[in-house]
Amino acid sequence: MAGKTLYDKIFDAHLVRANDDGSALLYIDLQLLHEVTSPQAFEGLRLAGRKPWRIDANLATPDHNVPTTNRDGGVSKIVDPISRIQVQTLDDNCDDFGILEFKMNDHRQGIVHVVGPEQGATLPGSTVVCGDSHTATHGAFGALAHGIGTSEVEHVLATQCLITRKMKNMLIKIEGELGLGVTAKDLVLHIIGVLGTAGGTGYAIEFGGSTMKSISMEGRMTICNMAIEAGARVGMVAVDQLTLDYVKGRPFAPKGDMWTLAESDWADLHSDADAQFDTVVDINATDILPQVTWGTSPEMVVAIDAQVPNPDNETDQVKIDGINRALEYMGLSADQTITSIKLDRIFIGSCTNSRIEDMRDAAKVAKGRTVASSIKEAIVVPGSGLVKAQAEAEGLDKIFEAAGFQWREPGCSMCLAMNPDKLAPGEHCASTSNRNFEGRQGNGGRTHLVSPAMAAAAAIAGNFVDVREMVEQ
Amino acid sequence: MNVFKQHKGIVAPIDRANVDTDMIIPKQFLKSIKRSGFGVFLFDEIRYLDEGVADQDCSNRPLNEDFVLNQSRYQGSSVLLARVNFGCGSSREHAPWALEDFGFRTVIAPSFADIFYNNCFKNGLLPVVLSEQIVDQLFSECAATEGYQLNVDLERQVVITPSGEEHSFEVEAFRKHCLLKGLDDIDLTLQNTADIQAYEAKRKLAAPWLFGAISPENSVD
Repeated sequence: MAGKTLYDKIFDAHLVRANDDGSALLYIDLQLLHEVTSPQAFEGLRLAGRKPWRIDANLATPDHNVPTTNRDGGVSKIVDPISRIQVQTLDDNCDDFGILEFKMNDHRQGIVHVVGPEQGATLPGSTVVCGDSHTATHGAFGALAHGIGTSEVEHVLATQCLITRKMKNMLIKIEGELGLGVTAKDLVLHIIGVLGTAGGTGYAIEFGGSTMKSISMEGRMTICNMAIEAGARVGMVAVDQLTLDYVKGRPFAPKGDMWTLAESDWADLHSDADAQFDTVVDINATDILPQVTWGTSPEMVVAIDAQVPNPDNETDQVKIDGINRALEYMGLSADQTITSIKLDRIFIGSCTNSRIEDMRDAAKVAKGRTVASSIKEAIVVPGSGLVKAQAEAEGLDKIFEAAGFQWREPGCSMCLAMNPDKLAPGEHCASTSNRNFEGRQGNGGRTHLVSPAMAAAAAIAGNFVDVREMVEQ
Repeated sequence: MNVFKQHKGIVAPIDRANVDTDMIIPKQFLKSIKRSGFGVFLFDEIRYLDEGVADQDCSNRPLNEDFVLNQSRYQGSSVLLARVNFGCGSSREHAPWALEDFGFRTVIAPSFADIFYNNCFKNGLLPVVLSEQIVDQLFSECAATEGYQLNVDLERQVVITPSGEEHSFEVEAFRKHCLLKGLDDIDLTLQNTADIQAYEAKRKLAAPWLFGAISPENSVD
């Protein structure tokens, strides 16, 4: 019998029931909750007179709607009344059902996908779901994690299970060393460019190969986070010493004898040498340059030294239409150099890039430099209160502020602009987030996805520049 | 959940690939804590000329006359014809809620994003996958015929064109069963309560660290 993939192992270990038609009941170890996709689920529970199956399998925190500026007044002072009600509703629901929540002004509050791992709630070999497509982030820990809809949030609350079916297995095998100034974000943007926005549909992706072994846990989270931008609900990485070192000692992680037990259980969390993948994609990391998206889909990505594509070079009509529509929306011309794109705003943050390493990467570039006068606003939004505190302990906030960046409170912020942080129509933004869809960061806004270091470099220059010119100085 | 057996209705074509859920229902409308009322904001950014605000009255907003749903020939449409990778991006179930609330009962496309596809079934909205070639043909027929209607028969798993041509489609047996009967997933799963409890008891022995860890006592303030 052929060996198993990492995905197969975790899926099989959580199988409550397999049905003849291929559907399966899968046990869920952890559900993360936030204010946007949970209110209707809690309401559903109440209407049916049901209670959560297991209180201790849930962790909540508000992130999408919370303001990133002064929060002294608490929830009652959130200016947008509809946002306020949503955040308040999460607080009320968690209080009513006894679910642990890090509320808005708790210093452990933050983006769910930063908070889960940071608290040790995300553990190797576990199943993790959340009403958010970027839940694949937690796959960085050798967990099976994916986004679900609100009906499924309610289903997991009520039954601790998910009705699902097995996905196909894809291995993305990455070999070679990443160059100086080239980060996990550049790597994953490059991979999305190769796969296309639907290339991973129906698959659980494992990111493997020698390159992954030297990428930090923060970097692995960035990579798994964006699996969905290639269409895959699941992205994951095998467990190794880096994983264990990150998890050990965190508040909800096993301790003492329990740690020893867990550690030995986790030793098998990798694909077997003879495991069969449905698809294998080889990626050479050595040649990857810093990446910038020019269009309105994450697959519309090129290297910093490239030009905006020309539809005349394409033969596929769907591609030609897509390029033309994106050029018009983005206000760009075919063959224009990427470095000629001028920016209005800079956003460093989101569940993709708001962890301490991201803050350090950006601060390294910002240090001793000044944000260009043509930039209207450059904001740095740490992923959690704990990331913020750590960054402040290292003096990063002072570096950012001295350079002209604003240092904000944690939350999703301008990644999807549900709070007041947003783009005005026509504005170009260098953003470390995950989606450049039309209107994503504000009606008519134009998003370019980049790494934290590239966003900081763009802030200094006012246009895109190759960050390697700055880090080599 | 809504029952879906068979539905015949006017077809509205959305002729672009990779329509994402941000486009189907933009973020400002996700602040609602309700499941209904999203239909008037469906495709908000390409449907209206002004910027939409949550909870607003849309009756006097300026319309983008070029957008299909604003054209008189597509009024009353309930079958959405779309291109590849429809519903990609965010997991927001507000997307199928908005489509359903607007009046769509089914979406036909060559492919769907996984999470969106799954969310549709939870809301009595049937996603139908047909080949690119057939979808191309339906786009052409729809453009050529005002009031073009398609008949989607879930029981027989066929899409029937006005000329009587039938295109068969695949759907998982369990999902089909749930839609035909309008069954509630949670009720069905709770019929397996004994299985879940038995699994849980085993799991507790194999991975005890996953139980009781997330608690105020363990959280470090």
